[in-house]
Amino acid sequence: MSGKPKLHYFNGRGRMESIRWLLAAAGVEFEECFLETKDDLTKLQKDGSLLFQQVPMVEIDGMKMVQSRAIANYISAKYNLYGKDLKERALIDMYVEGITDLNELIMYHPSQPADKKEQHFATIVDKATNRYFPVYEKVLKDHGQDFLVGSRLSKADVQLLETILMAEECKPDILAKFPLLQSFKARISNIPTIKKFLQPGSQRKPPLLEKDVPKVMKIFY
Amino acid sequence: MSGKPRLTYFNGRGRMESIRWLLAAAGVEFQEIFFESREQYEKLIKDGVLMFQQVPLVEIDGMKMVQTRAILSYIAGKYNLYGKDLKERALIDMYVEGITDLMQMILMFPFSPPEAKEKTLDSIKERATNRYFPVFEKVLKQHGQDFLVGNKFSWADVQLIEAILAVEENIPGVLSEFPLLQAFKIRMSNMPTIKKFLQPGSPRKPPADARYIETVSRILKQ
Repeated sequence: MSGKPKLHYFNGRGRMESIRWLLAAAGVEFEECFLETKDDLTKLQKDGSLLFQQVPMVEIDGMKMVQSRAIANYISAKYNLYGKDLKERALIDMYVEGITDLNELIMYHPSQPADKKEQHFATIVDKATNRYFPVYEKVLKDHGQDFLVGSRLSKADVQLLETILMAEECKPDILAKFPLLQSFKARISNIPTIKKFLQPGSQRKPPLLEKDVPKVMKIFY
Repeated sequence: MSGKPRLTYFNGRGRMESIRWLLAAAGVEFQEIFFESREQYEKLIKDGVLMFQQVPLVEIDGMKMVQTRAILSYIAGKYNLYGKDLKERALIDMYVEGITDLMQMILMFPFSPPEAKEKTLDSIKERATNRYFPVFEKVLKQHGQDFLVGNKFSWADVQLIEAILAVEENIPGVLSEFPLLQAFKIRMSNMPTIKKFLQPGSPRKPPADARYIETVSRILKQ
């Protein structure tokens, strides 16, 4: 029996990807169990393994954890990615919640109906470049440090890099007006654990293709 | 200058209500500023006070905090409502996140179009009685303690009592199959700080009415 965390989700990014990023950044190896069909989900529900009948679910330290934020918080605290005190945690939480809002917008893009896609894409670009990225550009500019909070790698840096890369998949030059975010991206990508995660063959998942959306919907709906 | 936290939001529940509940439960007095006009809102944005141009905003301990969950976590941490260690915090987080999903349905309910209201109410009832309330009934049954986590009052208890009351407002008999939750509701309601919050004249806000919906829609231009 392995002591490694075990992740239960479908074989794609969704709400589990941020958790994969955090574990990888912390240098923690993990196993994955992929849901392929609705029956796979039903089985987990019937087992009583899913507190609220939903995935993500992560088996870690004797717990069957659900709710992505709860899981991310636990991993961050356990592996010292959550700042040194309450106030640093407050900053990290604010930054992460903001970036999560953008991340979710992008996450839902492939499943938008055809007539809404263009508008949704425009919203993503607008929010990224006018609401979210300016905040982090300013944070980095104001303190001149390498990391967002407390001069140290935290959950906030990991989630920001994750979302920057997702946004660039939507629009490759989306960081054009943000020089500090560009160097942030390069810097954080070069951290050994993260560099490893960004290489082919890692457990990082590719973006969801439109043609795969129906299959995923079938598992959950 | 007062040391009290200062809350800026609409004069209604919305996303700020959970924060009011938690501060009240912790026995912390706070001030409130209410938006009445779009100009007020735009001024805050222009002043650079709202990190992501959104409310809730809570000024506390020298910080201008935004993002409901960040604010709630800070308050819980500061006032010892977040368990004694990482594992208790994990449980509290899981419970709170689950309840928040249910509260989200209730939050959006007043804004749903009239023709969708009955269906939405049915969904809320279904989720409450089949997905969420059974979990907490079982938690209380299994450990037989007064509080959800660690035999001590925590953020999870506050969030649950808030949700129970909010659902009951819309679906009166919703706790009929949950005797332990009924007892929990009475027990929590009788805790001095919560009892005070539940009395008329407290900062607790009433359910959304037509005026509130109009104000929010106008100010957020939705």
